[in-house]
Amino acid sequence: MNRHLISAADLSRDDALLVLDTAAELAQIGGRSIKKLPTLRGRTVVNLFFEDSTRTRISFEAAAKRLSADVINFSAKGSSVSKGESLKDTALTLQAMGADGVVIRHHASGAPLTLTQWVEGSVINAGDGTHEHPTQALLDAYTMRERLGRLEGLRVTIVGDVLHSRVARSNVALLHTLGAEVTLVAPPTLLPVAVGSWPCEIDYALDAVLPKTDVVMMLRVQRERMSAAFFPSAREYSRRYGLDRDRLGRMPEHAIVMHPGPMNRGMEIAAEVADSPRSTIVDQVGNGVSVRMAVLYLLLGGASPAIGGDQREGEL
Amino acid sequence: MTHLIKGVRITGDEPTDVLIKDGLIAETGRGLDAEGAEVLDADGLIALPGLVDLHTHLREPGREDAETVATGTAAAALGGFTAVHAMANTEPVADTAGVVEQVWRLGAEAGHCDVRPVGAVTVGLAGERLAELGAMAESVAAVRVFSDDGMCVSDVLLMRRALEYVKAFDGVVAQHAQEPRLTEGAQMNEGEVSGRLGLTGWPAVAEEAIIARDCLLAAHVGSRLHICHVSTAGSVEILRWAKSKGWQVTAEVTPHHLLLTDDLVEGYDPIYKVNPPLRTAEDVTALREALAEGIIDAVATDHAPHSVEDKETEWPAAAMGMLGLETALAVVQRTMVDTGLLDWAGVADRMAYRPAAIGRVAGHGHPLRPGAPASLTLYDPAAPVTVDPANLASKSGNTPYRGMTLPGRVVATLLRGVPTVSEGKLQ
Ligand SMILES: [Zn+2]
Repeated sequence: MNRHLISAADLSRDDALLVLDTAAELAQIGGRSIKKLPTLRGRTVVNLFFEDSTRTRISFEAAAKRLSADVINFSAKGSSVSKGESLKDTALTLQAMGADGVVIRHHASGAPLTLTQWVEGSVINAGDGTHEHPTQALLDAYTMRERLGRLEGLRVTIVGDVLHSRVARSNVALLHTLGAEVTLVAPPTLLPVAVGSWPCEIDYALDAVLPKTDVVMMLRVQRERMSAAFFPSAREYSRRYGLDRDRLGRMPEHAIVMHPGPMNRGMEIAAEVADSPRSTIVDQVGNGVSVRMAVLYLLLGGASPAIGGDQREGEL
Repeated sequence: MTHLIKGVRITGDEPTDVLIKDGLIAETGRGLDAEGAEVLDADGLIALPGLVDLHTHLREPGREDAETVATGTAAAALGGFTAVHAMANTEPVADTAGVVEQVWRLGAEAGHCDVRPVGAVTVGLAGERLAELGAMAESVAAVRVFSDDGMCVSDVLLMRRALEYVKAFDGVVAQHAQEPRLTEGAQMNEGEVSGRLGLTGWPAVAEEAIIARDCLLAAHVGSRLHICHVSTAGSVEILRWAKSKGWQVTAEVTPHHLLLTDDLVEGYDPIYKVNPPLRTAEDVTALREALAEGIIDAVATDHAPHSVEDKETEWPAAAMGMLGLETALAVVQRTMVDTGLLDWAGVADRMAYRPAAIGRVAGHGHPLRPGAPASLTLYDPAAPVTVDPANLASKSGNTPYRGMTLPGRVVATLLRGVPTVSEGKLQ
């Protein structure tokens, strides 16, 4: 593994499988109600959130705490960051605090990579602009494998605002690495102009794709996109690209429905679909903690084993 | 002061001597001798007419932390330039006779090269009403090039009026061709790389649509139009068509658009953030060929100094622009001469004769013959230099060529017979 996790595209197949396997082991421990492992005791993880995302922050916080790391939440709101302090100054502050790991969420694509030049600790991208969100892709892959037993050859359809989606970018890269076949479905306005060079198929119509789909992942579509003429109305969007009960019925029996959240119920996904047993949306949240534990452990834990040793505590 | 340059190759021709007296070229030929002359051995050096830049940001008044007229013109002299056009997007904007005269005076006081202020087309670059173009033309700065550079004059009626109005004093409107609606929030060239990096795209069509529109307007009103920093293969095709009609359209390309491509953005290093953005390898090829062919008339640096704070940041927050004056000639050698696309006479044409003609710059852009002003640069095309921002005269360090080895260096620059640069050092 690299020292940082910036892009899902940086993960080799072996790296990615190591994360997923480690996450599975850690989940087992969690299930046995020994919720805290001593693995990262004495290590400091900073959650550096320049953009509000309570869900992601809590997930990383829970992951770090279950590994016994000290967690510092550094939120841009109300801090010096919003008063014009530069990313570099913030980074130098973190450096002085001795952060072993920095989990960064930023509205600017590329900010996590830029941060790596100013801090010595590992940088973990928790979502940057419209670029990537690699731990989301890892937890999605984890969820798919858990539900369907494999990733190789899995047919995954990602639907919605690909242009502005860091989740889509990370998923396309990671799923390709892991041997899944990805199809992106969106109105042409919500696909990057050069999407043809991505390692996936493209379709503009959802109905034709659904019967050949094992996993459908619905992306959040922001209503604001209408004002920039990406599509005419919420109603037309949901009619053409929303996942309702009828469309769910066109998918194979075993197929699952995913959503990275937060959902716009009634827009890209009907409430009854979101709440159906085929939806993995709740699993995704739980799996998020296991996968982020695995990432933190693999990046910060050095060579020590993730689990199984109070006796090893002294070495950590 | 009399200077005798020995054995120099004027625009790459056979070695000759050049005698300079009273600011003029007195004589050329082999074996010249002159008593009391300061002799300069120029064996292996190329002499070019003093370079003329149509597009320089000197940042003064307003952003003296990034560059001043004095430091920017020092950089120009070190790059072989004897005249630069100072763009109008200063603070305050150069939209009145007062501001252009101030810039002109600062240039004259510094004395490193002639400064030709560019006047804003619209008040405050706001694109709403015409600035007092006539007053700037008649001022001591004698403005002939008008531009809202940094901003596009996107209002089609205002552009038409500007083109028509400047005919009265033989002016030219230099358009920063960027359709604003198509480039809202734009961060880099729209294409494969922008899609992958999740950076909002700046599509080629946003440049090409404005160029096509403005060529048609210029033809309709019979005016001179100049296109700043052409960056796409499609723009070249439109310019080729406009020129084939005989319309008075000229264009420039920057050294960085002749060399660098958008895949450099992959590391999100804002040193590569520039407007218009770095494009693809196909665009670079088309631009080089267009410059060789003369479809693009001139190389212009778009020298754009920025402070460290404005560049050492996350990509979307960073300022757009890169340094260019001190590296321009070496980049042109590498991209145009060493590739066989242009000879040194061609370089003289694209970097001195034509830009001087476009800007109506008196006393510059003349072939180096007896009687011509002795404004020239001596260039060593076989002296590779590794670019180090610390060695640049510019007050800023935002060069995209840091660590890159460029093939040659400016040895001396003379402005009307007076060395502004000698042995590679500012005088
Ligand atoms: Zn410009």
